[in-house]
Amino acid sequence: MNRSPLVSTLHYTMLIGLALLCIAPIAVIFTTSMRDQVSIFAEPLNFIFTPTLENYRAVLQEDKFDRYLLNSLFVGVVSTVITLVLGCMAAYGLARFRFFGRTTIAYTTLLLRTVPLAVLAIPVFMIWSEWKLVNSLWGLILLYTAVNLPFTIWLLYGFVLQVPAELEEAAAIDGCGPLRVFTKVLLPLMAPGLAAASIFTFRIAWNEFILALVLTDRGTRTLPVAASLYITDIGVDWGKVMAMASLIAIPPLIFTFVAARQIITGLTAGAVKG
Amino acid sequence: MRTPRWVPALYLGPAVLIMVAACLYPVISAFQLGLFDWSLGIPWSDARWVGWDNFVSAFTNPRVWSSLWTTLIFAAVCVTAEMVLGIALALALERPVRGTAFFRTLFILPMMIAPIAVGLVWRYIFDAQFGLINAILGLFKVAPLGWLADPTLAFIAIVIADIWQWTPFVFIMMVAALANVDSAVIEASRIDGAKWWQMTFLVKLPMIAHVIAITLMMRLIDAFRVLEVVYVLTFGGPGDSTEILALHIYKTAFVGQQLGVAAAISVLLLVVVALLSWGALRLSNPLKNDR
Repeated sequence: MNRSPLVSTLHYTMLIGLALLCIAPIAVIFTTSMRDQVSIFAEPLNFIFTPTLENYRAVLQEDKFDRYLLNSLFVGVVSTVITLVLGCMAAYGLARFRFFGRTTIAYTTLLLRTVPLAVLAIPVFMIWSEWKLVNSLWGLILLYTAVNLPFTIWLLYGFVLQVPAELEEAAAIDGCGPLRVFTKVLLPLMAPGLAAASIFTFRIAWNEFILALVLTDRGTRTLPVAASLYITDIGVDWGKVMAMASLIAIPPLIFTFVAARQIITGLTAGAVKG
Repeated sequence: MRTPRWVPALYLGPAVLIMVAACLYPVISAFQLGLFDWSLGIPWSDARWVGWDNFVSAFTNPRVWSSLWTTLIFAAVCVTAEMVLGIALALALERPVRGTAFFRTLFILPMMIAPIAVGLVWRYIFDAQFGLINAILGLFKVAPLGWLADPTLAFIAIVIADIWQWTPFVFIMMVAALANVDSAVIEASRIDGAKWWQMTFLVKLPMIAHVIAITLMMRLIDAFRVLEVVYVLTFGGPGDSTEILALHIYKTAFVGQQLGVAAAISVLLLVVVALLSWGALRLSNPLKNDR
């Protein structure tokens, strides 16, 4: 069926309008980060201004900025890798074996996915103090791994189920060891799930700020915590805080552009096929 | 060949260990902490056992109930708006056109922005003096509004920020669901002479009801977990007009320094979320066709 040019024009107009709505606030973050102090408080509809990198220079020269960046990268990458490896193993175990306690583990995992971080803040602060994990990057890594595992396990569980066990058996009969069966048969088929799981895990570990605020000090701060320090009772240092927000936004945005298709497949697969 | 007992334990052990130690154990501890009088700064060993006092003071505090009410309204308004908008847009734009993939990439970008940045940028946009919204309203000769200084407008502001970030998620879920509907069914209804509204409300929507239900529950549960955006955008103000329960817990614990009371309130939030999760499981149990 052919669509009339009018309908198709309307369709594109709506798509473009929605895309603009989605992008506008993100564009405001980036453009504000390149305005000087005068321009920030001037007429907001004045889109023509001389861009400046002054805010970035100020942020980057900030005492310990490199420290905070490294902290964020370390926490984000390490907790994402651990979550994916352990999540893969657990999803495989849940999907392929029947054993005592399986249902309990499955339901508990499902319920842990819904726990609000605000509920965790107080007990985690207490327990981490006992375990000497406050002001330590490993404390944050442990926390983010634990809160991301339930979502990751359930996402990947759906993908493992879609791979017929016969396929693995065939590969094993052909002489593949367990590790090669996993890397050659299972992993390629789980790629969209892994991409979605990794961006959503990284997104939490990289962006989270309330618990990081409670659990870190000057040496172990992450970027979002450092950014929050520009918000004070007397006001917000808009230029610098937007420069910081832009820097925080860049890695997840790149990740999204690279793996958009897999992320969308991974996100919708569980609910749509179920 | 029977798998030995220890094999599943090998696969699941590490993940279960971490989830129990750093998620389940803290959740259970929240109940226990609620029974102690404990302030920020004193070591846990000096905490005083006070029985149910914290729970009593939490549940008789009108601010806790007004905060729960704010949370319920916030979740209801956000999720309703996001579902209606997301479904309507998906119905209008379900047909793939050239460039669809690119547009969908743009639509998932808001979800990737750090909540702290989302809160900040909306705070900037809603600013009474130099904000974009008032400037645009000014073009239509509307006098500047004190968005974040007025209880109702501030509430609208946090709702708009949430709608901006999460409507695309609903949209993407709905488009995927509609794409999965058997086109033969749609074709058959067309041949039978169904009008567009009959096709939409009697054929398409019932066929994706299952995905609508799951998406609704996911959004609802996440709406009760919102904290950071509101923390940055309004910090609960003006007054306590936008003080959702998660923020109230944070403030009680780390501003008011009453960790025991805050733990007691967090049990309340946990109960609300647990009820929702139970409802979600009734609607869609991922373990149902398991054997």
